[in-house]
Amino acid sequence: MVAIVDYGVGNLFSLRCSLNAIGADVVVTGDADVIRSADRVILPGVGAFRDAAQKLRDSRLDTVLKDVAKNGKPLLGICLGMQMLFEKSYEFGEYEGLGLIQGSVRPIADVIPKSLKIPQIGWNALDFKRESDLFRNIKNGDYVYFVHSYYAADCFDAVIATCDYGAPLTAAVQKGNVYGCQFHPEKSGEVGLAILRAFCQEVGA
Amino acid sequence: MITKRIIPCLDVRNGRVVKGVNFEGLADVSSPVELASYYSKNGADELVFYDITASAEGRKLFSDILTETAGKVFIPLTVGGGINTLSDFDRVLKCGADKVSVNSGAIRNPNLIDEAAKLYGSQCVVLSADVKRVDGVFRVFAKGGRENTGMEAIEWIRSGVERGAGEIVLNSIDTDGVKGGFDLEMLQKVCDVVSVPVIASGGAGKIEDFITLFQTLPKVDAGLAASIFHFGEVSISELKRAMQAHGIPARI
Repeated sequence: MVAIVDYGVGNLFSLRCSLNAIGADVVVTGDADVIRSADRVILPGVGAFRDAAQKLRDSRLDTVLKDVAKNGKPLLGICLGMQMLFEKSYEFGEYEGLGLIQGSVRPIADVIPKSLKIPQIGWNALDFKRESDLFRNIKNGDYVYFVHSYYAADCFDAVIATCDYGAPLTAAVQKGNVYGCQFHPEKSGEVGLAILRAFCQEVGA
Repeated sequence: MITKRIIPCLDVRNGRVVKGVNFEGLADVSSPVELASYYSKNGADELVFYDITASAEGRKLFSDILTETAGKVFIPLTVGGGINTLSDFDRVLKCGADKVSVNSGAIRNPNLIDEAAKLYGSQCVVLSADVKRVDGVFRVFAKGGRENTGMEAIEWIRSGVERGAGEIVLNSIDTDGVKGGFDLEMLQKVCDVVSVPVIASGGAGKIEDFITLFQTLPKVDAGLAASIFHFGEVSISELKRAMQAHGIPARI
C-alpha cells in the first residue's frame, strides 16, 4: 500500500488519480498508524513552506515521517513535499524542515538571470546527475512539469537530476530510501507516470 | 531549457465539446474526455477546458467530465468559464483542475483574484482577458467578448497580476477567428508590464503563426488555440517539430 500524506496542504486529487492509473493500492490519509503501516509513503504539498512545516508539526506527522525514513521505507516528497525533506528553508524567513537530506531551500531568484520569469512554470528537461532507481523507466532529457519559485541548494551528492532554467536547478534528489521531485510527476504525462511506477512498484523492492 | 507550451482549448457545453472536431480514430469526436486524452498523447503541453454551459444541470455534467478527464489525462488542466466565486474555484479544483481561469467574474469583483491567490496560491489563478481596440485604445470586454467594460486593458492586466494572478491568457478579439496570426502588438504591450507567464490566444491559423509569435516575442510563454487543432489544420506534433527546427524549445 502507498500512503499519500494528507496534512491539509494542496489538492491531492490528481496525485491519487495518477497512482490509481498505474494500478497502485493508494490511500490518502493523515492517520499516523496508517502511514506507519504503509509500504511506501508520498509527501505532497503546494503553497508556503512555513505553513506546511507548521501543519506537519501540529499533526505530529513530522515524527512519523522521520520514523518512516529511518525504518528504510521508500519515501517520496513532491514539490513542496520535496523541499520539506531538507534541513531548512529560506522562504520568507528561516524555517526548519524534516532534515532527512542535507541542504536548504532558497529562492531561484538568487541564481537565475533576471530576464527569466518566477516561478518557473512549464516543461523542462531532466539532466541526470547520477544513477537512481527512481529513473529506471525514463531517459535522460525527458521532460517533466515544474511550478516553483524556490529550489534545493547545497544538497551535493543527493542531487540525482537538475533542470536548466538559466542555471542548473535541483530537479530530483535521493538519499538512500528518501526521494524527492521538485517537479510534478502526476502532471508530467507518461514520463511522470513512469517515475511514479518506479517509486510505487520497484524502488526498494 | 524550459519549453514554449502549446495549449489546445476545448469549449464544453452540456458535457460535449462544441464546434465538433475532425480527427480520424476518435470514436466520439465530441467527447471532452476522448479529445483531451488524444491531445495529451499527441504533444499538448496543457489543456484548457472552457465551460460555456448556462444551466445548473450542465454545470454538474461539466464537473463529472472534469473528474473523468483528470483521472485519465496527466498533464496540467486549466478550467475557465463561469468562475465567479471562491466556491466555483473550490468546485473545479476538487474535480481535478490545476489552474482556474477568471474573466468576467474578476471584472465584476476584482477581489476574487486576491482572495483566490491567497487561498490557493498565485500558480493556481489565471487571469484571462478578452481585449479589443476601440478608437485606438485597448479595452477589456466582458461576457465572452460581447460587452465593452470601458476599462483600459493593459492597466487591468497589470493590476490583475499585482492582485495575485499567476498567469495571463490574452485573447485578442481583433485577431480571433481571422487566422491571420497572433496579435503581436497587443501581446508586446502586455509582456512589457507583467513578469508572469503570458499565453497568447486568438488569431493562429497555421504553424508559421506560432513560429512568428515565439521568435518575435520571446517573453510569450505559450500559444493557445482551439479550432485549428480540432479540425486538424495544425497538428500539434508537426507544430512542435517546426518549433524545434526554428530553434524554439519544444517538448517532443
